[in-house]
Amino acid sequence: MTLRADLAKIAELVPAGVRVLDVGCGDGELMAEMRDAKGIDARGMEIDAAEVERAVARGLSVMQGDANRDLADYPDQAFDVAILSQTLQTAERPDWLLDQLLRVGKVAFVSFPNFAYWRMRLSLLWTGRMPNSRHLPANWYETANIHHTTIFDFLELVGERGIRVEGSWFFAAGREIGGANANWRAEHAVFQLSR
Amino acid sequence: MATLSDLSLNRLALPAPLPLDSGRELPGVELAYETYGELAADKSNAILLFHALTMDQFVASENPLTGKPGWWHASVGPGKVIDTDRFFVICANVIGGCMGSTGPSSPGPEGKPWGMDFPVITIRDMVRAQVAMLDQLGIGRLHAVVGGSMGGMQALSFAANYPDRTGRVLAIATTARHSAQNIAFHEVGRQAIMADPEWQGGAYYDGGKGPEKGLSVARMAAHITYLSEAGLTEKFGRRLQDRASKTFGFDADFQIESYLRYQGLSFTNRFDANSYLYITRAMDYFDLAEEHGGMLADAFRKSDARFCLISFDTDWLYTTADMREVVHALNAVAAPVSFVELSAPFGHDSFLLDVPALDRVMKGFLE
Repeated sequence: MTLRADLAKIAELVPAGVRVLDVGCGDGELMAEMRDAKGIDARGMEIDAAEVERAVARGLSVMQGDANRDLADYPDQAFDVAILSQTLQTAERPDWLLDQLLRVGKVAFVSFPNFAYWRMRLSLLWTGRMPNSRHLPANWYETANIHHTTIFDFLELVGERGIRVEGSWFFAAGREIGGANANWRAEHAVFQLSR
Repeated sequence: MATLSDLSLNRLALPAPLPLDSGRELPGVELAYETYGELAADKSNAILLFHALTMDQFVASENPLTGKPGWWHASVGPGKVIDTDRFFVICANVIGGCMGSTGPSSPGPEGKPWGMDFPVITIRDMVRAQVAMLDQLGIGRLHAVVGGSMGGMQALSFAANYPDRTGRVLAIATTARHSAQNIAFHEVGRQAIMADPEWQGGAYYDGGKGPEKGLSVARMAAHITYLSEAGLTEKFGRRLQDRASKTFGFDADFQIESYLRYQGLSFTNRFDANSYLYITRAMDYFDLAEEHGGMLADAFRKSDARFCLISFDTDWLYTTADMREVVHALNAVAAPVSFVELSAPFGHDSFLLDVPALDRVMKGFLE
């Protein structure tokens, strides 16, 4: 199975030989890719026991935990790279989570679905209902995605927090696109952040 | 039923007296052990399995005393979760035990059984004895140490005290410290044994039947802590034992009473009451943080092993919260650790029973 485009990009960007924490790692597909392609011995955190079970069964080091609380247990700068892929929008407090991410990691990679993607906008405009998409399939009342954001909103938050954007990559329909007008053209975004 | 003296057990004598945490030394230590699988030429495939309080070295083979299958026969064997086609599995009866290793029922220096002259031992003493056994067997670094419950305590103690001697640490349904509640249940058991007139201050070995009633009650109390309330309700509820109505007496009216009485009684056929005193004491004394200046994280600072910790949602003896304390300590030293709370209905005993998710996690971790 091929890795989703934003995960593949992160796997490509993380250099070999660094200490990595993948927050919200799911069944560890990104961790496994980094291990197999680059020999990276990453750690993962995942809230869903069944996902943790699958990740550990792959031989990965994953702990069941709630990032909204358990990230606080890690010492400062315990990792070179902290990854938060498709998890920011599920956080109780995305601002707190970003701060924690850049406390435990020297560099953070954050990927999230862009709610200002043109298909989302059209869907809302035409149907007058919360959009469902391939990447955001759940109904509004049962979705884990409680803090939808847009690229503009995200950039505003990191700006206010004094977080440096070291790089950004954008994706639509499963492939990378340029950064021009990304806030309506991009379905997903990946940001490399530091303090 | 066979008695211990009828059995021919694999035993290994330690070459030197064993230093103990109490400051005393234990002379003439023998460990009874079983192995499964073949040790690789480079000795890299050895797994040391630690048994729980009332178990022994018969992990995967028939227990010669009880005639029952080994306590983890479902998980250890050729092609099983701990695959003896690949791994060389060693399990030794702990010191203080009663299945062939040196314990209170073994002959002391003057030839008669130690009884209560046997020194109080700790979990770390148990581990120290088994490390001496590994030295004797010529095994330097293990592929893994594995244990549940008290076995998990030994696994954690091993990682803390012999950090370069294992590549993996798998600890299931265990804790880094006995809580007040844990100690309390053990104390009930010990007092039951010592209140039995047949205990005779521990000197019951020459002909006496021993404190069977006391040991039986101790086992009954402990057994409750191994099960979940939901499990008990499902298995027994308030159902009556072979009768249509209550007898208005103190016979075992309820199925749960009958079950516990049976568990208590059958336990006395295979376990020595003094061993029960000594081993529960060792568990009560266990506090891995205390051994390392009060900081649990310091216990793991030197370890380069990968850790996997597993708790069960219905285990109220050693809870997920207890396990998370260990996880936090390991995170604080950035150790490679996996942790999962598995859902299983059987309470603390889940680690011994059929929990497919446990098998998958263990297998993945040990590969």
